[in-house]
Amino acid sequence: MPETFTFYAFSAMAIIASTLVIGQRNPMYSVLLLIASFGALSALYIQLNAPFVAVAQIIIYAGAIMVLFLFVVMLLNAPREDAAEWDRSHPLQHPNIGRFGALLAALLVVQLAWALTKVSELETPVGARADGASVGSVLEMGRILFTRHTFAFEATSVLILVAMVGAVVLARREGSNQ
Amino acid sequence: MEMYLRPAVIGVMIFVVFNALIIASAILVLAERKIMGFMQQRYGPYLVGPHGVLQPIADILKLLFKEELRPKGADKWLFTLAPVLSIVTAFVAFAAVPFGPETTLFGLLDEPIKLGIADVNVAVLVVFAVTSMGVYGIVLAGWASNSKYSLFGGLRAAAQMISYELAYATSLAAVIMLAGSLSLREVVDSQAGTWFGFFSQWYIWLQPLGFVIYVIAGVAETNRAPFDFPEAEQELVAGYNTEYSSVRFALFPQSEYINMVTMSAVATDLYLGGWHGLLPIYTPLDPLIEQYRLGWLVFIAKVAGFLFFYIWMRWTVPRYRYDQLMQFGWKWLFPASVLNLIVTAALVLYLNA
Repeated sequence: MPETFTFYAFSAMAIIASTLVIGQRNPMYSVLLLIASFGALSALYIQLNAPFVAVAQIIIYAGAIMVLFLFVVMLLNAPREDAAEWDRSHPLQHPNIGRFGALLAALLVVQLAWALTKVSELETPVGARADGASVGSVLEMGRILFTRHTFAFEATSVLILVAMVGAVVLARREGSNQ
Repeated sequence: MEMYLRPAVIGVMIFVVFNALIIASAILVLAERKIMGFMQQRYGPYLVGPHGVLQPIADILKLLFKEELRPKGADKWLFTLAPVLSIVTAFVAFAAVPFGPETTLFGLLDEPIKLGIADVNVAVLVVFAVTSMGVYGIVLAGWASNSKYSLFGGLRAAAQMISYELAYATSLAAVIMLAGSLSLREVVDSQAGTWFGFFSQWYIWLQPLGFVIYVIAGVAETNRAPFDFPEAEQELVAGYNTEYSSVRFALFPQSEYINMVTMSAVATDLYLGGWHGLLPIYTPLDPLIEQYRLGWLVFIAKVAGFLFFYIWMRWTVPRYRYDQLMQFGWKWLFPASVLNLIVTAALVLYLNA
């Protein structure tokens, strides 16, 4: 079946690209591999019969956010990460922080496993489900977003606004009146 | 049409569009130099072939035989990847653009086909998504060259394209609301007919501000003059493609020209009625065009007219200053497009209620 084949191909691509993101010494390559991973994810969304989500994934993440990432990496002209240089001095290298991170990672795995056992209707494609039709059609998606999920939607927008104000405050130079 | 013929038809269509885009980019190179010559009261290329019409072939041959250089400190992989990314996104973007109604191509086919490679129901967004990926080619070219002028060009491209994408997308959204569909084909078909039997029912009449914003943002998106800062030759040698030579270099201008074609085709689909109506006002030719299914010729004529406008603008308007570009984009173009969107949304809601 071609669908099964493409599913495994794109899944493998997403997993491999995401793994390589962490493995790169050069931040530029990491950014590009993350974009590749987003591309593979969006292909999976198309297979789930959700073209709008797929395109939104590309426009928002690959097209806008990652350009900013790239921009920052280029501006800093980040050299190859030299691990030895800041290994011991950097506070993030403290062993306790590493342990805490491992705990979080383990929690994430548990959460994923728990979520996967709860998933029902694995057989039907997302776009074909009665209430999941929202994912496919833009109209339905908008309707659900502004009715059932209004609170989450508005809360997210406030969150983003707070982040923006925070960024402006941080970027403002000391002592400037503007 | 038999079912098993569909993939074959799509394959032929992809082949035709691919080659048409390559030929279009060659013609545009010549057209640009000829029109520039005309505007500057000289002949332009004149030696190769009658009136210099074979000049693009000479250009391509020359570029093919040049040596491919790579600066010593350049990033080996990304330096090669950058032009490939540029050209691939340029070609892919056109895949979602419909360019004609159902046609039998003068009776060659038994059953009419829809002209256009992929009839996606979110075509507007697909074109937008793929063109927004095009910036990576330029940015990576700038960074991988390991040259300060290239890097400046790449940085400028990134900043400029992010800034103008906002106004661009917002002006698109207004048209989408009017048409009530994200499919380019449906947007085009909602522009069929006339008002009062005189004005063609194009969205340019309803969205004059949106159209102006779209054109300005589109020029900035394709990095054309007066917004060609990524390669401003007086400031940055040649910008992001300074270190490129031979075929690798040729792919950059080619993808720029193909992006121009895509931009013009989308503008034609969204604002100029696509294959409906030859002129903004009714002409006696319109019913004939519908009758003989010649819409695709009308479409090509409109795109060609738009491309002429592109070139015309390049040789008429001087380049902005970079800070002016940013100021203009964020303080004028973006607010204007948001205003346009809100007014359109309010009117659509009011008139539909």
